[in-house]
Amino acid sequence: MSRTVSITLQNTDDARPIIEAITEDNPGATVHSYPGIVKIDREGSLTVHRASVETRLGRDWDPQEIHLSLVSMAGNLDEDDDYFRLAWAH
Amino acid sequence: MNAINKLGLKQRYALLTNGLDWEPSYQPKSAIFPYAEFEGIKIRDWSKWEDPFRLTMDSYWKYQAEKERKLYAVLDSFAQNNGQTGLSNARYVNAAKLFLTGITPAEYQAHRGFAHVGRHIPGVGPRIAAQMQSLDELRHAQTQIHTLSHYNRFFDGFHEFSHMHDRVWYLSVPKSFFDDARTAGPFEYFIAIGFAFEYVLTNLLFVPFMSGAAYNGDLATVTFGFSAQSDESRHMTLGIEVIKFLLEQHPDNLPIVQKWVDKWFWRGHRVLGLVAMMMDYMLPKKIMSWREAWDIYFTQAGGALFADLARYGLRPPKYADVATAEAEHLSHQNWSVFYQYTQAAAFHTWLPTPGEMDWLSEKYPNSFDQHYRPRFEMWAEMERDGKRFYNNALPQLCTVCQIPMAYTEPGDPTTICFRHSEHKGDRYHFCSDGCKDIFDGEPEKYSQSWLPVHQIFQGNCGGASMEEVLAWYRLNPGADNMDQAGSPDQAMWDQWMRMRDRVAG
Ligand SMILES: [Fe+2]
Ligand SMILES: [Fe+2]
Ligand SMILES: [Zn+2]
Repeated sequence: MSRTVSITLQNTDDARPIIEAITEDNPGATVHSYPGIVKIDREGSLTVHRASVETRLGRDWDPQEIHLSLVSMAGNLDEDDDYFRLAWAH
Repeated sequence: MNAINKLGLKQRYALLTNGLDWEPSYQPKSAIFPYAEFEGIKIRDWSKWEDPFRLTMDSYWKYQAEKERKLYAVLDSFAQNNGQTGLSNARYVNAAKLFLTGITPAEYQAHRGFAHVGRHIPGVGPRIAAQMQSLDELRHAQTQIHTLSHYNRFFDGFHEFSHMHDRVWYLSVPKSFFDDARTAGPFEYFIAIGFAFEYVLTNLLFVPFMSGAAYNGDLATVTFGFSAQSDESRHMTLGIEVIKFLLEQHPDNLPIVQKWVDKWFWRGHRVLGLVAMMMDYMLPKKIMSWREAWDIYFTQAGGALFADLARYGLRPPKYADVATAEAEHLSHQNWSVFYQYTQAAAFHTWLPTPGEMDWLSEKYPNSFDQHYRPRFEMWAEMERDGKRFYNNALPQLCTVCQIPMAYTEPGDPTTICFRHSEHKGDRYHFCSDGCKDIFDGEPEKYSQSWLPVHQIFQGNCGGASMEEVLAWYRLNPGADNMDQAGSPDQAMWDQWMRMRDRVAG
């Protein structure tokens, strides 16, 4: 049974540092590019770390800013001050 | 405000949701939330609810305002720079017409549905999330109307989208879907729209549609699409949280929820047939086939989702296997219906070009060459002989999904599928076992369906002739309907292209 979690972000300047942070911090993640969007899949779980995005942006970044770039996702969400995580419980 | 910003996300969320609720003192809760119990859902403790986005109203306004600013900047420059001339092809605009007449009014219905749920669910957490979603859906309706109004300045078929949504035969498919959801109880609405539609099916609507718009040069639609879609992740999360919450609260909720999941999956699958046809036939430059989108977003993503929910005893929706098998046929059968009834549609139709048919053969190796290519080639030959095929008989409709009875038997694409049930001495017809089951579960509700063909025959749609019915739809014959070739839209586009070539010299 599939345990793929997934996040789809717009392919924009705002989203690129997030996409980079995800691919660096989540080994084994696969990136699919479609017109206008990028879909990232990974088995089991996937985490966006605040610190990792901030390093790339060179400024403070609130994980809730992801709302501006998010297109879709699959998985149970857990969000806090320092991370945004998708995971399946099974 | 400053003191609140120093709190962590979890504390802030607790204060600005649960912290804003109160216990009524002079009215019983059952008088304040009169619809909370009749569906049989049992809730032990509303405080167990948590919104994983932990979005509070103050942040909500901040991010939504930012989204709107970005969107309107793009719309403004699209209009200023005559973005409509940069589309891949004039045919593309018909996908936008179908969107405005079929989907945008449904966004408005979703707004009203969530406003109702946001008032009537006893828990404060889901009530606030539903209020945000209600505002989102209103924003979606408004931004879509605003964006597509630019096309209305040049192209036919956009001018009466809301009037048409309430009257035109195929638009009763999405309309009745939302009417059905909104006339259900608040928990069923939550499962119908929040879970089945938003979580399981919305990606199939928006992601391929918007990616398709991007690929076909429709900058305006892409922008409202992704702006709306950024809200959808929150809607999807609300949908999955609702279902988990109901299943965790009481074991008696499982059979009720399962029945809703089965019903709304099938209802949604039928509505999305319009998207299937849009992807495979209406986009001049194609991104992926309906079959591929179904594999990614239902088989794969839905598979992981239902494996996760299995711990509560929930199983994948009934007839999911039938829907997956239908993915081989759905778009071809739907486009065939619209081709035959082009005289009564508010967008233009055409036959796939030889190149497009090759693409369809490649994407549908198990069905296209055998069942659909011969049909399209025969119709092309009839067109060449000056005998373009029109179907002038009004079709029988499925009482539940309201789609013409053109779908075939599971496993036999050469036989039309007919099902029926008797209720209080009358016979009702269905396109599938899925639709028949839904009727049999609530015959009192569906025996009252407003079926466009029945209404025409009963004399409720302007008259008995095609002309009178089209006038009642406010459809402009010769401009809004019929084939793309020979339409005023196409003539205008050809002129634009000639002007461009002349300038390019
Ligand atoms: Fe929406
Ligand atoms: Fe939505
Ligand atoms: Zn049906």
